[in-house]
Amino acid sequence: MMDEGFLGYSRSNGKVGIRNKIVVISSVVCANTVARRVAEKIDNAVAITHPHGCGQSGRNFSNTINILAGLGCNPNVFGALVIGLGCENLFSTDLADKIRESRKLVESFNIQDVKGGTIGAIEKGISICKGFDKEAKEIKKEFFDFSHITLGLECGGSDATSGLTANPTLGIVSDKIVNLGGTSILPEFAEWGGAVHLLSKRAINEEVAEKIKEPFKRFSGENRSPGNIAGGLSTPEEKSLGNIAKAGNSPIQGVIKYTEKPGERNGLWLMLEPGLDVVSMTGLAAAGANIIVFTTGRGTPFGSPVTPVIKICGNPKTCEYMANNFDIDASKIITKNKSIQDISILLWKKLKDVCNGEKTISERLGFEEDIGFWGD
Amino acid sequence: MNKIKYIIIDSKDNCGTALDKIPQDAKVDLINKTIKINNLIPLGHKFATMNIKKGSYIIKYGEVIGVSTEDISEGDWIHTHNIKSSYLKVKNDG
Repeated sequence: MMDEGFLGYSRSNGKVGIRNKIVVISSVVCANTVARRVAEKIDNAVAITHPHGCGQSGRNFSNTINILAGLGCNPNVFGALVIGLGCENLFSTDLADKIRESRKLVESFNIQDVKGGTIGAIEKGISICKGFDKEAKEIKKEFFDFSHITLGLECGGSDATSGLTANPTLGIVSDKIVNLGGTSILPEFAEWGGAVHLLSKRAINEEVAEKIKEPFKRFSGENRSPGNIAGGLSTPEEKSLGNIAKAGNSPIQGVIKYTEKPGERNGLWLMLEPGLDVVSMTGLAAAGANIIVFTTGRGTPFGSPVTPVIKICGNPKTCEYMANNFDIDASKIITKNKSIQDISILLWKKLKDVCNGEKTISERLGFEEDIGFWGD
Repeated sequence: MNKIKYIIIDSKDNCGTALDKIPQDAKVDLINKTIKINNLIPLGHKFATMNIKKGSYIIKYGEVIGVSTEDISEGDWIHTHNIKSSYLKVKNDG
């Protein structure tokens, strides 16, 4: 269908962005303020800062590199400037080289190499980013179908309404993206425990099924708190199904690690990571998600630096108290007898509008610097 | 006017979930019939939308959430007293 598409930005590596961002990444905590001062002077730029880049080792250090490189490589990014201090573990030049693998504009420098201290470094950064900005504004949008979209399926601040309203609503939209040839990623494997036998049945082959079962080999199967049971969750299956309802009913193409990009096949993928929402969203964005839909019951405000986040809430009280933080009010399923299908139509329309450039509420509020790192 | 708030998530489901407390003897309009609720159903808890024989699957989200441990009548409260996990059983037998 011709109308099922959006106007996006073509990238040299064949990917498609729904935003045309410039990112200013600090390779180390010491460069954070310089990176922020540069980004705040440039249209459409966002600073990606963090407390790492030095004094880390092992998996924590490799996660830092994979997250920062992955965010820089995200198809919503037009160009990246990496700013280092000059004596840290994570060389700004190495990080810049990793981002160059996505064949976009990348530059880097160290504060210690600029005559003029941090004032000089900020001026140098602004000058580089102004050059990026000029080129970014020359790019014309083109029409693409939804096979170019990678959707991240996230939840946080969940409550008893989540599994009954916002999550199954997102499941319908996720299935729709997959049916149109696109990709969805479901993170937070700790939540799948009671439904591993159901998820593994949806795997496209035995190898993928084994990868789904592997993390749960020593797991008893019980995942409910006494409060969950008092609230009506009769079995572990019921609890996990409420969570994975976000991923609809599509077949599972494979299992990826934190920040890893899905393979050649489009469709639904699972990401193995533990499930703090900000950490999950950072992993999804680093894996190349163009857009994230975030379901909530208690309500959460944050966004993501490179990936627009659509917020959908199913709790009537939260929808009243935090109305100006949500893009979609799914509590009408409870208060107005709307069906999940009714709300999924609103969510699908919102997703199309956001792919076409409409800002989400968290983008409009400027909640764009929220990232979290998975580490010990 | 039917003010009973409940949700049936998938058309294959044989249970509904209360979105507000449903009193005993309340009448609930389903798509194709009206059923009487046999027990008080707390918010977030489930009721049977049809008769379910002992040993049958309980379906929610279009998936099996458990197996009935006794005959369940249309309108009965469904919880840990009359269903059990089939997943935990598999784990225990293994």
